[in-house]
Amino acid sequence: MAYVIQGETGDWEVVCGLEVHGQVVSNAKLFSGAATAFGAEPNTQVSLVDAAMPGMLPVINETCIEQAVRTGLGLKARINLTSVFERKNYFYADLPQGYQISQFKYPIVGEGTVILDMPDGTTRAIGIERLHMEQDAGKSMHDQDPRRSFIDLNRSGVCLMEIVSKPDIRSPDEAGAYLRKLRSIMRYLGTCDGNMEEGSMRCDLNVSVRPVGETELRTRTEMKNLNSVRFVMQAMEYEAARQVEAYDAGETIVQETRLFDSNRGETRPMRAKEFAHDYRYFPDPDLLPLVLTQDFVDRIKADLPELPDDKKERFIADFGLTPYDAGALVASRRAAEYFEAVAKGRDAKTAANWVISNLFGMLNAKGLDIEANPISAENLGRLIDLITAGTLSGRLAKDVFELMAETGKDPETLVEEKGLRQISDTGAIEAVIDELIAKNAGQAAQFREGNEKVIGWFVGQVMRSTQGKANPGVVNQLLRDKLAK
Amino acid sequence: MGALTDLTIAKAAAGLAAGDFTAVELTEAHLRAMEAARGLNAFITETPDIARERAKASDARRAAGQAKGPMDGIPVAIKDLFCTEGVLTTAGSHILDGFKPTYESTVSANLRDAGAVMLGKTNLDEYAMGSGNVTSYYGPVISPWKATDGKDRVPGGSSGGSAAAVAARLALGATGTDTGGSIRQPGSYCGIAGLKPTYGRCSRWGIIAYASSLDQAGPMARTVEDVAIMLKAMAGHDPKDSTSAPIAVPDFRAALTGDIRGLRIGIPTEYRVDGMPAEIEALWQRGMGWLKAAGAEPVEVSLPHTQYALATYYIIAPAEASSNLARYDGVRYGLRVPGDSLDAMYEATRGAGFGAETRRRILMGTYVLSAGYYDAYYRKAQQVRALIAGDFRQAFTKVDALLMPTAPSAAFAIGENTEDPIAMYLNDVFTVPVSLAGLPGMSVPSGLSAEGLPLGLQIVGKPFDEETVLRVAGVLETAAGVTAKPAFGGEG
Amino acid sequence: MPLDKDTVKTIAFLARIKVPDAELEGLAKELSGIIGWVEQLNAVDTNGVEPMTSVAEMSLIKRKDEVTDGNCRERVLANAPEMEMGCFAVPKVIE
Repeated sequence: MAYVIQGETGDWEVVCGLEVHGQVVSNAKLFSGAATAFGAEPNTQVSLVDAAMPGMLPVINETCIEQAVRTGLGLKARINLTSVFERKNYFYADLPQGYQISQFKYPIVGEGTVILDMPDGTTRAIGIERLHMEQDAGKSMHDQDPRRSFIDLNRSGVCLMEIVSKPDIRSPDEAGAYLRKLRSIMRYLGTCDGNMEEGSMRCDLNVSVRPVGETELRTRTEMKNLNSVRFVMQAMEYEAARQVEAYDAGETIVQETRLFDSNRGETRPMRAKEFAHDYRYFPDPDLLPLVLTQDFVDRIKADLPELPDDKKERFIADFGLTPYDAGALVASRRAAEYFEAVAKGRDAKTAANWVISNLFGMLNAKGLDIEANPISAENLGRLIDLITAGTLSGRLAKDVFELMAETGKDPETLVEEKGLRQISDTGAIEAVIDELIAKNAGQAAQFREGNEKVIGWFVGQVMRSTQGKANPGVVNQLLRDKLAK
Repeated sequence: MGALTDLTIAKAAAGLAAGDFTAVELTEAHLRAMEAARGLNAFITETPDIARERAKASDARRAAGQAKGPMDGIPVAIKDLFCTEGVLTTAGSHILDGFKPTYESTVSANLRDAGAVMLGKTNLDEYAMGSGNVTSYYGPVISPWKATDGKDRVPGGSSGGSAAAVAARLALGATGTDTGGSIRQPGSYCGIAGLKPTYGRCSRWGIIAYASSLDQAGPMARTVEDVAIMLKAMAGHDPKDSTSAPIAVPDFRAALTGDIRGLRIGIPTEYRVDGMPAEIEALWQRGMGWLKAAGAEPVEVSLPHTQYALATYYIIAPAEASSNLARYDGVRYGLRVPGDSLDAMYEATRGAGFGAETRRRILMGTYVLSAGYYDAYYRKAQQVRALIAGDFRQAFTKVDALLMPTAPSAAFAIGENTEDPIAMYLNDVFTVPVSLAGLPGMSVPSGLSAEGLPLGLQIVGKPFDEETVLRVAGVLETAAGVTAKPAFGGEG
Repeated sequence: MPLDKDTVKTIAFLARIKVPDAELEGLAKELSGIIGWVEQLNAVDTNGVEPMTSVAEMSLIKRKDEVTDGNCRERVLANAPEMEMGCFAVPKVIE
């Protein structure tokens, strides 16, 4: 179902493109040998090159090139064997050179595609325009002093990949799905850790609207450096609505950069008057064109891990999972690997349910990452085995699951410790049932008169007196037998 | 024995090896000469303490039988465009006031590691932009050569301080940089030998960048042999410079065989420009004659795009400079003029810090790169540059080296050529094309003008063929036999 | 094409160089002269000619992804006109 905004005179659609800046996973910076790790003391990860001292020169990091190619392949994009670094010239305190080394006319990666898994199970293809490499800037701190700002250049020179989508995104949900998919791909490949709170992945949003049916693109506005998926979606929703209102009121949309106020969920124009930037791009004369061989690209391609889309296809084909379930499992490579370990030699659907509903639910509730998962795949697998073998009831298994999360112990140990073995011995259960029926003749009579609901009460009572350990299937069967008499 | 300052590097090396004098004595003689010659304003910073320290260390090495090579103990001057650790480095500009690098440029480090003794940092046109050393914040350099009309002469630029120091016998050699002629032209004006190596032969790391695709460090000394010795010590691949060529450094001195029989020397038709002074044309003819007499064969060649080289250069160099000089903003080093806002601080600092010519070139460069003009100017210039380089490549299929004048005149008087910037630019007409093509080029003292001022001839070679350039230069130098010395200089 | 005072002002701002108003006219004339002079390149037929990217006929040399630099804060800050808390200090920037 298409996302439309109902204006006064008709329906409008949103046209959105996203520019994502991802910090490349590498030990050292793009053009200098300083470290890239997050959180160091100010200016301790700065070389003379990063500080733009007189006479300093850039030398390129081979791993950064590989990571960009790897990401391009993950985006099913064309790798440009020849690309050129250009200088983007402007003045700002966090840009010591007075220019950023970037790529302009000839980026390293060309057009590609990202497939989105929508919540309703459908897929959508979002076009990628290009990916290029560039230097990150330093950090300015403005809140420490009333008259001065402080500059930390640790981040200056870290390699960024700028990934530009085509304006194919049509709803906030799609924007969210796109960002999550992009992040997932980069994490699968190990090229960017996609941590938006820490700033290793940042997003610029371009939004315009147009009446449904119109094909021309109208003026767009830009919101920069949004650092959460939620903010991107909120900003898009707000801005699209604002633009429709403006058009309805007979106003024009000005091409501008706007700020997103995350507290209010609104966008507003920037305070400072924005002058047009003239970046005066030209090829960096300190560098030569980057020329890759097809061989180099092929070797990287051969070494790629199985990517989410392919893994999802395989899960559907081999494990018979629904696209939705498969999609949920492949969102993270670790989670997918975890699932496969749990599903090995077991019923895939059961394994999928436990991982998606219970495990992911538990991780969410505890605010944990899959990396910090306290329940090993082996243990979860063994829990499932206990249920399959009838040793543990499904209901009590959930309790054991909680305990496993708390203690990290294996299920067998916990079952023994807590004495949770399922009672399937019909003799024992019959004894409990007989006593119960004897003491509750009235309810027994109600059942015989046709009140089905009473059986639930009886089951509950049996479960209570057996501390939940009675096998519910067996209890139900025996109750019906005995009550029928 | 004459004054120690009258020696050459080669002779000094021999003298040190023979124990005729010590490195300390050699250095002291030069320090005294420098003191006496302060009126020339060749030095921005003198480094006598460092010089003495290094001279002492050189003598100690020699005593221990561990002398490093011909440059060990040789006093040299370093152009103030090379970053020298702990020593004020200004690029001849106000905007680098107080800047003391915490690092040493690769080329000056190479010389230091070869045992050379640094006497000081020489004066230069601001940011290497100029042909007369008249744009320096530290005042103009005066050539040690005196003309018959008595007016002070420029030493040429931008490496004017280095040229003057070597000519006045204040140093046995000096480093220069050459972007459009800044080693060769002052070499010609001051009657010394100066070589701009092939682009990529010497590292640019630690040299304050003016135009990255053109800048090259090179040696300046009084003889061709000295230049060869210095070049060997300066050159070499540097992994910190992405444009540094990964090739071996030959023994340049060994190339000076004096034998150029059979070499074909190209004489470019288009260098015979309209209005060229008769004495320059005559010098050129004489040069051809000398080479012919030595067994070489002069061959007319055509470099059809020569006339466009200056315009090409004066688009590309300012463009690159406008970007290279953006880092001089008062934030991390040098001059800061306070301002209410960041932009105000930038504008005030750069407005006050840059001189007129530097400002002109930055603005030019900014303009030719700006939106709407990039294709018309910068891209066009890079296309013409490709054509110019193509001309040379074509010519070198027929000849082994080229011979032409270095400059269209002898040194002009201080104060001349200041009305119109373009008039100043025209001084580089013979040197600029070689820079655009990245080729090695050398100026050799070849004669004197009617007013008694030095004139040089330029030899240009194939990429990385400095050996042929030096060999031909050596023959020219001998044939020309210029013995005149500047009126001022040395210990006397 | 000649430059006027306003163009010079715009260029000067792009380059962050303060030019006193009194000097704009003279500068405009000078720059116009130089631009006019370099426009002689229009006479050159450059159809199909690839712009020269570098005289160096070699490929881009790459370095290994190792931390070989940085961790030299004193050297980085050694020439700073103003600094505090290990950072460069500049006039406040309003976003």
